[in-house]
Amino acid sequence: MHSIPGRRLIMGLFLIFLLLPIYWLVNMSFKTNAEIVSTMTLWPHTPTLQHYKRIFTDESWYSGYINSLEYVILNTVISISVALPAAYAFSRYRFLGDKHLFFWLLSNRMAPAAVYALPFFNLYSAIGLFDTPWAVALAHCIFNVPLAVWILEGFVSGVPREIDETAFLDGYSFPRFFVRILVPLIASGIGVAAFFCFMFSWVELLLARTLTSVQTKPIAAIMTRTVSAAGMDWGLLAAAGVLTIIPGALVIWFVRNYIARGFALGRV
Amino acid sequence: MDKTVNQKAWFLVLPVFLVVAFSAVLPLMTVVNYSMQDTFGNNQFFWNGVGWFKELLDPSTDLGGRFLASLGRNLFFSLVILAIEVPLGIVVALSMPRQGWTVAACLVTLALPLLIPWNVVGTIWQIFGRPDIGLLGYVLNHIGLDYNYVSNDIDAWVTVIVMDVWHWTSLVALLCYAGLKSIPEAYYQAAQIDGASRWAVFKAIQLPKMNRVLLIAVLLRFMDSFMIYTEPFVVTGGGPGNSTTFVSIELVKIALGQFDLGKAAALSLVYNLIILIVCWIFYTVMTNAGSERKPQEGAA
Repeated sequence: MHSIPGRRLIMGLFLIFLLLPIYWLVNMSFKTNAEIVSTMTLWPHTPTLQHYKRIFTDESWYSGYINSLEYVILNTVISISVALPAAYAFSRYRFLGDKHLFFWLLSNRMAPAAVYALPFFNLYSAIGLFDTPWAVALAHCIFNVPLAVWILEGFVSGVPREIDETAFLDGYSFPRFFVRILVPLIASGIGVAAFFCFMFSWVELLLARTLTSVQTKPIAAIMTRTVSAAGMDWGLLAAAGVLTIIPGALVIWFVRNYIARGFALGRV
Repeated sequence: MDKTVNQKAWFLVLPVFLVVAFSAVLPLMTVVNYSMQDTFGNNQFFWNGVGWFKELLDPSTDLGGRFLASLGRNLFFSLVILAIEVPLGIVVALSMPRQGWTVAACLVTLALPLLIPWNVVGTIWQIFGRPDIGLLGYVLNHIGLDYNYVSNDIDAWVTVIVMDVWHWTSLVALLCYAGLKSIPEAYYQAAQIDGASRWAVFKAIQLPKMNRVLLIAVLLRFMDSFMIYTEPFVVTGGGPGNSTTFVSIELVKIALGQFDLGKAAALSLVYNLIILIVCWIFYTVMTNAGSERKPQEGAA
């Protein structure tokens, strides 16, 4: 009654459709370049780790991963810590301009990154943050903070108001209530929000590339640059691509039980 | 549950307000400033009033022609991917296994494309579709289809659309799955007693319950496809010719390629305005749908 006829077949076909291009990338990353260009093989006939070895031993490659992780983590921490109190306020109180503020936040989630690329470049150059992880982390706040507020508001609204009132009657101060009672209650929500901040900061490239030049180039930008410079090193490109998928896959595994609710922004 | 009026709540919102204002309002002011000026380089600017905006909305000029053409392409793209991803997402959500380890396995696999950096998504499809080294291009060419996304407009479009379906259908599916999970077992039992057909169950129980998440899905998918940049840029570079040049690609070309700040800024503002209007419509519909549903829930 829940599902439709042939659901196993549909699901199977869809998963194959999702996995096939990824398999092809993984497959290519283990082939030698000679094998990639000369023959069409469904699996690596002369498997090699040379591409991975090169990435892990060449600093200009592996530093890209560190740079990316740096601004992603920074952004997640900033987003969650400013969004938490705001989510509580939106969930519990009415105040002057609350609805307009909420919509304004939401509209920033929808703002095209291309619009902000150039002004951000000017702004962060002017205040001396250009080419630091802070520039990218702050720039990504424009879409991650609204999203975090949105998700967390849904989760905070799921906490009965009586809990707040009881805590205040018991003599909890507001900060103490917040840290000791509210945060543990919505821990899964915070996890989901952090997951989303991580995800959108990790996958974004346009702003990250515009705001960095030498010191903090994200891995995604290094990929494009090296490939065009070295002709077409398909194997290396594929290996770098595979390595960018891994952090995401690990993060999904940790939040798999909350993922569905998280995608509904805590609103189901 | 009525909310209490408390103006002090502003203090809790203040950090968010400051962070977003810093990264949204300040840059936007720069854009407004540029959009009214022209420059011959050397940081010398002079006043141009609404000149850029006039040019932008007039299809006979170069700028206007490019903008309106890319806008048209982008709207068409958004409609096509919505028409594919929403029904497909619902079908996939309905096909989810009910319990056991397969649920987690399916969820993780579904979410996988969402966490791949966008330019890597482009790279994956660039490789996958190439006739010489990609499985897809190779197979299509060997069964007699002349497929080449680099030189053929239609092939390029198909590739970009299939790529977007691959990338984002999971989002719709996961949202719908979350909606379906919230339906109590009793609803299905009641339907069974009534002898409802599967289609009736879908129409009367599942679809209404997915209403709200579907709105979120459509909103997110419309917005994100309307500002798509990286994936098609990596795969087709906007080509062949200009056939897959969407608004963001055009904008980046003008702003960072030609450094035509005035034109780019005017385009940005109009672009942003369109998104703001669509966003507002969705938001209003969404909040109304929410408030209409509340009393029913209370009664049930």
